[in-house]
Amino acid sequence: MTPIASIEQLAESYDLLVVGAGPAGLSAAARAAELGLSVLLADENPAPGGQIYRAVTTSPVKNRAILGDDYWRGADIVARFERSQATYAARCTVWSIGPDETAAGSFELGLSLDGKARIIGAKQVILATGAQERPFPIPGWTLPGVMTAGAAQIALKSAGAIPSGRTVIAGCGPLLYLLAGQLAAAGCQIAAVLDTTPSANWSKALGAIPDFLRSPYLAKGLKLMLAARRKLRFVSGVTGLTATGEGKLASVQFEQEGRTGTIACDTLLLHQGVIPSVNFSNAAGCAHDFDGKQHAWVPRVDAWFASTVPGIAIAGDGAGIGGAESAALCGEIAALGTASRLGKLNEAERDRQAAPIRTELDKRLRGRRFLDLLYKPAPQFLAPPKDETIVCRCEEVTAGQVRDAAKRLGVTGPNQMKAFLRCGMGPCQGRLCGPTVVELIAETRGTTPAETGYYRLRPPVKPVTLAELAALPQTEASVKAVVR
Amino acid sequence: MFRPIADLAASGELSFTFDGRPMTARAGDTVAAALLTNGVVACRETPVSDTPRAPYCLMGVCFDCLVVIDGIGNRQGCLVPLAEGMRIETQHGRRHFTEASE
Repeated sequence: MTPIASIEQLAESYDLLVVGAGPAGLSAAARAAELGLSVLLADENPAPGGQIYRAVTTSPVKNRAILGDDYWRGADIVARFERSQATYAARCTVWSIGPDETAAGSFELGLSLDGKARIIGAKQVILATGAQERPFPIPGWTLPGVMTAGAAQIALKSAGAIPSGRTVIAGCGPLLYLLAGQLAAAGCQIAAVLDTTPSANWSKALGAIPDFLRSPYLAKGLKLMLAARRKLRFVSGVTGLTATGEGKLASVQFEQEGRTGTIACDTLLLHQGVIPSVNFSNAAGCAHDFDGKQHAWVPRVDAWFASTVPGIAIAGDGAGIGGAESAALCGEIAALGTASRLGKLNEAERDRQAAPIRTELDKRLRGRRFLDLLYKPAPQFLAPPKDETIVCRCEEVTAGQVRDAAKRLGVTGPNQMKAFLRCGMGPCQGRLCGPTVVELIAETRGTTPAETGYYRLRPPVKPVTLAELAALPQTEASVKAVVR
Repeated sequence: MFRPIADLAASGELSFTFDGRPMTARAGDTVAAALLTNGVVACRETPVSDTPRAPYCLMGVCFDCLVVIDGIGNRQGCLVPLAEGMRIETQHGRRHFTEASE
């Protein structure tokens, strides 16, 4: 692996650009480099690992029991990538993608590192942009002191830091129990775990139990949940949450089977599962479908994780949530598909190499359905019932405003909603309001999220300064494009 | 607010300022992590209502950790590694034209 320290060190073009250095991106980049492709892996974080293996090679946490064996296993994936011939650009943001007009079938990508931008070329692109936590809009979720569960886990992994006061963890999903266990092991004062798993989900998930019983999730998941339940104050069946405080969080109110409770706390960690990060694939023009099982927008991909845009593949949780181990395997398969498209591997050899990986992938994904069904968020956390709840954190647009625009003004979709309310037009570019706005419109109009559609996103997918754009090297073609 | 856990690998210490106040943090921390472990409650005020906000996702998604770093605004604190002598400031709401003439 060759690290890139400044943007000038990048080549003009690569066979393959991989975006994201989580398990999928690391595996895809390593495999593709092993197959003889020139590969650039660009990632905006300071060290490889993505979020699940965040800082796995740089973490200051010495006691390995705190984060657990599953986390440290990520070091093997990084080590294999480091042995490969791939090039690695850390702290490097890929902010645009478009067709290269000088080389048919290739891409032109905008990258920034340390405040300097470059446009480089790539014949193929693998997006391994992973997942983000599903927006969990409750009244008061914008108060300082309220964070996502993932944020606390990242602080622990990368900085060895934990919330310093009374901490409440609320929501549902495997990460919630994992985090509760990790924070407790690290010495955090956890006042309560408020579990919002809807009790009705258990009966829906029963049918998927046979597969789950044979899945790797079982032992791991049950152990986590039981440990959290045994050691911590565990409140299940929570149906409503409100964070309150003046200028910062002071307490959380919860509703449970008709009764309410209040817990004074300094930190509230929210989690309602994870969904694919679709901003890049959406801006690249890849088709997306609403996946009812995972209740999220998912890019449409084929058996090699190729998207509907020729030359762009999407590997890992960004193409549907499957977890870290499945993501790494998807990265391998996407790399095989890419190498084959570039003529480095014939189809028979591609299929032969992919076969054992696919077998392993099937095993890893077994039991996923059970988790999707069990931890499907309750409707009130997808579409907040209280009008005053902020849904777009950037532009401070409330659930009531979105409902009102959908009902009274007849706004039919999220893109039209932007024009009326500016939701999705702040710096996060809809990442934290898109799913909720779609849900609210669908609920108000009596349609489904699939019929309502999603934001149409455009590059730059991450903010880039005017100075960076202005300092880009000019070509004759780019000058002609604006000078008439 | 955050605090370091008991048993951490040794690392260097970096000095920086937040709104002029001198602070220190571990080498290797991001700007957002450094602010959290120094007890900084809010790092920005929103452009719409000047409401205080603090880092929310720490993974580059939410843009609530936006701060001014060495004079450049709208930097995502959770993605920028802390450097010695960094001058970090609260990002105050919207930009106003009057700032330029002050």
